[in-house]
Amino acid sequence: MTEKKMINVALPKGRLGEIVYGMMEQAGYECPEVLNPKRKLTFENEERGVRYFWVKPSDVPIYVERGAADVGVAGKDILLEYSPRVYELLDLGIGKCRMCVAGPKTFRDDESRTLKVATKFPHIARRYYESKGRDISIIKLNGSIEIAPILGLSDVIVDIVETGKTLKENGLDALETIVPISARFIANKASFQFKHDEISAMSQSLSEICQTKE
Amino acid sequence: MIRSRLSRLYRSYGYLPYKVNKFEEYDLYAQYKNFLACKQILTFSDTDGRLMALKPDVTLSVIKSASDRCPVHKVFYNENVYRVPEDGDGFSEIPQTGLECIGEIGLYESAEVIMLAAKSLESIGPSYVLNLSHIGVVSGILNQAGIRQEDQSEFFAVLGAKNGPALTDLCRRFDMGPQAVSNLTALTELYGPTEDVLSRLSELSLPEESRRAVEELKELDVLLKAFGPARIHLDFSVVDDIEYYNGIVFAGFIEGLSSSVLSGGKYDRLVSRMNRSGGAVGFAVYFNTLESLWSTEKEYDFDIVLVCPSESDLPFAIREASRCIEAGETVRVQRSEPKGFTFRTKYYVRNGAVES
Repeated sequence: MTEKKMINVALPKGRLGEIVYGMMEQAGYECPEVLNPKRKLTFENEERGVRYFWVKPSDVPIYVERGAADVGVAGKDILLEYSPRVYELLDLGIGKCRMCVAGPKTFRDDESRTLKVATKFPHIARRYYESKGRDISIIKLNGSIEIAPILGLSDVIVDIVETGKTLKENGLDALETIVPISARFIANKASFQFKHDEISAMSQSLSEICQTKE
Repeated sequence: MIRSRLSRLYRSYGYLPYKVNKFEEYDLYAQYKNFLACKQILTFSDTDGRLMALKPDVTLSVIKSASDRCPVHKVFYNENVYRVPEDGDGFSEIPQTGLECIGEIGLYESAEVIMLAAKSLESIGPSYVLNLSHIGVVSGILNQAGIRQEDQSEFFAVLGAKNGPALTDLCRRFDMGPQAVSNLTALTELYGPTEDVLSRLSELSLPEESRRAVEELKELDVLLKAFGPARIHLDFSVVDDIEYYNGIVFAGFIEGLSSSVLSGGKYDRLVSRMNRSGGAVGFAVYFNTLESLWSTEKEYDFDIVLVCPSESDLPFAIREASRCIEAGETVRVQRSEPKGFTFRTKYYVRNGAVES
């Protein structure tokens, strides 16, 4: 157990992932190639014991749950939607936004009818309305959610709201906040047993960086 | 292979094999639905109109059959169960090997079952960890803080994810005192070999109920040490189902597999619901999760291919093939050129002789 083990890190493609890599670098897990991927798919710094790879943000929990990655960074929205069986070790305090119910500014909920909800997050929406005892019908969409209430496809939408600018441009408003969202550092449950020292050390360094940022 | 090794292990500690019918009356599962890991059940009508089920679980059948005559009932089984896996959307047949100890469960019985769980893991893969927890440690803190039973599962879910920030939020929502909060936070972080964690637990100022649970873990540790060395870690994130388990719970991991392959614990509540006296402790090994351990790809399908185009050469080819098989090779005899599989060497039998 004295031999240092490599940790596989799944980074979410995009701006959030780049910020995360910045934090990893600061924590001493540098591997500059990561930001300049060219054709390579995985990036290794053997000395620091890390191997990075980029995946679609919503796939990060899948890679981690199935052990292809030991750790990764995923938005709380994705974790709430898919409920993967992973350890959620750290709130990185970045990528902050809110999961909201949004709709036309003039929207009034008519409780005598089933509420039509368009969303990319059917589980989150269902759970939220169940907790309120409201009967809904879910319309699962994969993008451009804002257009649904405008065209009368749905009454409201459940979606991520960062600044609210996109909503405003479409004549919509955030009506209720379901839950605040931020990026989380997650770990595979089995990897946590067998690479415990390495994962704990990484989690500890990241947590220190988060604290200095605050 | 592994199944027979496990069976031998359980037999050597005095457990008897138990065989159940593939079907049970649906009623049995409907009655105890809360105790099933998978609530969906595959049903069909028997010839006499009774509603039957392909068993989703073996434990219920074991308890049902356990007679009250014997103070302790020790059995193991190799069965298939029919469930909808969490990440799947259809029924699967899941091979399961399990062990149950039902009746008067004392410290010895618990220790023996934990030890057998550890030994089971050891015989599957040399690098393993058995994570052990006691529900009483956590529920003691929650009970003292006045958290209602129905709200407790939320705390267990957060502990199960080692989610520190969410735990803090939850404690705030339920307005818990600083002592309870610091104890729960400590429990999310504690992890490691039994001895180390036990000594750190004794530094916490825990409520009476939790202290009793820690005491039980200590006593178990003494017996487990007597059984011999084992990689057992204390970890309070092992809290799958508080409706089912009470007291000790454990989960086993094998290096190279991404999720737990063994889970078990003490489940007295089910036993008393089924009107049996005493309690029970047991575990199951999920063989479907083990599959990827064995998928070591073979280099080729057969060692040798013997091509024998002529009928008159067949007796010679048969003798030649038998000789190779006896020497431990795998041999495929073909009348024509092999297609669609791989092999190490190919020979031709022509005119009573082997040529390459």
